[in-house]
Amino acid sequence: MQERRDTSFPQINQDLLRGVIKTPIWFWLVLGALGMVVLGGAGAMGYLFYVGLGLTGLNWPVMWGAFITTFVFWVGISHAGVMLSAILRLTHAEWRRPATRAAEVLTVFSLATAALFPIIHVGRPWRALYWIFPYDFARGIWPNIRSPLIWDPAAIFTYLTGSSLFVYIALLPDLAAARDHTTGWRHTLYSVISLGFRGTARQWRLQVMGGILLSALILPVFVSVHSIVSWDFGMTMAVSGWHVTIFAPYFVIGAVHSGVAAVVTLLALMRWVFGWQDYIRREHFDALGRLMLVVSTAWLYFFFMEFLFALYSGESAEIALREMQVFTPPWSYFFITFLLTAYFIPVPLWLFRGVRRSVPLMFLTSLSVNIGMWLERFLIFVPGLARKQVFTFDWYTYRPSAVEITIIAASFAVVALGVLLFSKFFPLVPIYDVKEGEVFSTRIEVGRRKVPAVVREE
Amino acid sequence: MSEEYKWGMVVDVDRCTGCQACVVACQVENNAPLSSEESFQRRRPMQWIRIERYWEGEYPHIKARFLPLLCQQCGNAPCEPVCPVYATYHNREGLNVQIYPRCIGTRFCANNCPYNARFFNWVEHQWPPVMANYLNPHVTVRPRGIMEKCTFCIHRLHRAQRQAKGEGRVLRDGEVQPACVQTCPTNALVFGNLKDPNSRVSSMVQDERHYRLLEELGTEPSVVYLKKVVPGGRAS
Repeated sequence: MQERRDTSFPQINQDLLRGVIKTPIWFWLVLGALGMVVLGGAGAMGYLFYVGLGLTGLNWPVMWGAFITTFVFWVGISHAGVMLSAILRLTHAEWRRPATRAAEVLTVFSLATAALFPIIHVGRPWRALYWIFPYDFARGIWPNIRSPLIWDPAAIFTYLTGSSLFVYIALLPDLAAARDHTTGWRHTLYSVISLGFRGTARQWRLQVMGGILLSALILPVFVSVHSIVSWDFGMTMAVSGWHVTIFAPYFVIGAVHSGVAAVVTLLALMRWVFGWQDYIRREHFDALGRLMLVVSTAWLYFFFMEFLFALYSGESAEIALREMQVFTPPWSYFFITFLLTAYFIPVPLWLFRGVRRSVPLMFLTSLSVNIGMWLERFLIFVPGLARKQVFTFDWYTYRPSAVEITIIAASFAVVALGVLLFSKFFPLVPIYDVKEGEVFSTRIEVGRRKVPAVVREE
Repeated sequence: MSEEYKWGMVVDVDRCTGCQACVVACQVENNAPLSSEESFQRRRPMQWIRIERYWEGEYPHIKARFLPLLCQQCGNAPCEPVCPVYATYHNREGLNVQIYPRCIGTRFCANNCPYNARFFNWVEHQWPPVMANYLNPHVTVRPRGIMEKCTFCIHRLHRAQRQAKGEGRVLRDGEVQPACVQTCPTNALVFGNLKDPNSRVSSMVQDERHYRLLEELGTEPSVVYLKKVVPGGRAS
């Protein structure tokens, strides 16, 4: 905490609300650029809906491809929010304060983006609502609750609702602060959505209680979402690389791995873009780096076990699948890239304090993790289908088409655009939480040094 | 379940010459789009029945082995529970039925079919103008974005059953056949009612050469295969 500059409360308000109150020129440029990519993606999506899935590289038997990979990738990213906010809030980790809002917002936008993909990828998307909402009361035809594809939207929408509420409750005091710092229509807007928050003792108590309750309630959902997503694959008995019981914990830990890395990427960007060096400090990157060391190594254990179980079974279908993953180009190149980027380059680097406290290095290593984690999912889903069971006559491969790549690239722009627009209307670092941290923190003398410490009454 | 009917098929691999007549017959009967060279190159053929060709042995003692593969109409079908909209279900006569209007095209059923028997309509299919008049009026022309597969020529079954019911009797053995069975020049394919103890299929499934594909998965297929007989060698 040595990097901390002593900041007064008005100064904190001013710094953290800067993005909301002022609109610099770069904001419009980035907004325009992201908007173009999103429009491009929307165009590609419209084209895909108009012509049909023939535009993708999908084939028989590789019926699921890059869209599903990206779906799982975004669901994975969305796991950061709860991991960081709920768990760290419940365990009173002091260093969580500036990271929680960013993590929660990333959760909401990446989850909403993920939810688009199953709809894009079905053959008749205009009928897919039937699949999510059982509307056909008259004829009594209900969705098939035995299908993991029904569990999926149920889990995702539960998580989306829970995490949106979570963001909103944590946002209330900051909305009140924004109300007090704005005039005109924005003042009116913030007045309405801050729900009359004035900072009375009762309001604070309710807000804190709500936060803690939601944290505790959302934890089981957090575990269940990616478990259920993994059952889309785990329940598929015909695909030997998918029909694995280890998938649920393996996917959850992989999701936390990629999600926390995505939060680090976002925090580094926030620090650079908004000049929040006093709030998102090196010590926070240090703490996140330590967390990632643990999470990534736990993930590696599951990855290794999944591989080991497959080889130990000695089934020809499993061997053929692993042969494709590890030895058949270009899949072997993907495999090496995935192992290096997801684990063997970033994790040894994080062992060094100097790396953990260097923002550019943390930015690059966290990006690397997510490149690797996208490839990991791709390497699970596609070779499994391409080397399906015993009918070797049907084996084939898969390559994403330009339309698929455009839509996937646009999904990244959608999430970035969402976070950017959010930062325009709401502070991305929780103001009240930072202030609370300031109140608790103090300096105590140990020998001749003054050491920062956190004092709180339980 | 129906009292009278449980449809089944016997595929005598020993009789199959790999001529692909069944493939063509199925294509024409069921209004399947023409599987062009391009569709094979992109791996998007539409073959409700297909002949898998496997090479056996080492050069120069190499043999081509043919395996006609179609929907096995599983009694415990893996494709059914995974469909979120009940577009595929089990009918009373042991058939695995696809409801085209209900299908939204998640393709989960195809992933979960160990026989790769399900095919997806990746594009809106076009027929050459002259072919448009050849479409079978008894079979739906499927739009893009949905899944389809072998039906055991359910339109033929229904028509024959209606007629038989009108005459107050059950179908006689051999009275109705799917297009592939009707066309097979070597009678490698035999179709019939497994509930009828005197039908040809019922006696053939007792053959000592009989086996079911991927039986160990517990899918309970309605299609029974008879092993190839190799003089002095092992059967496959």
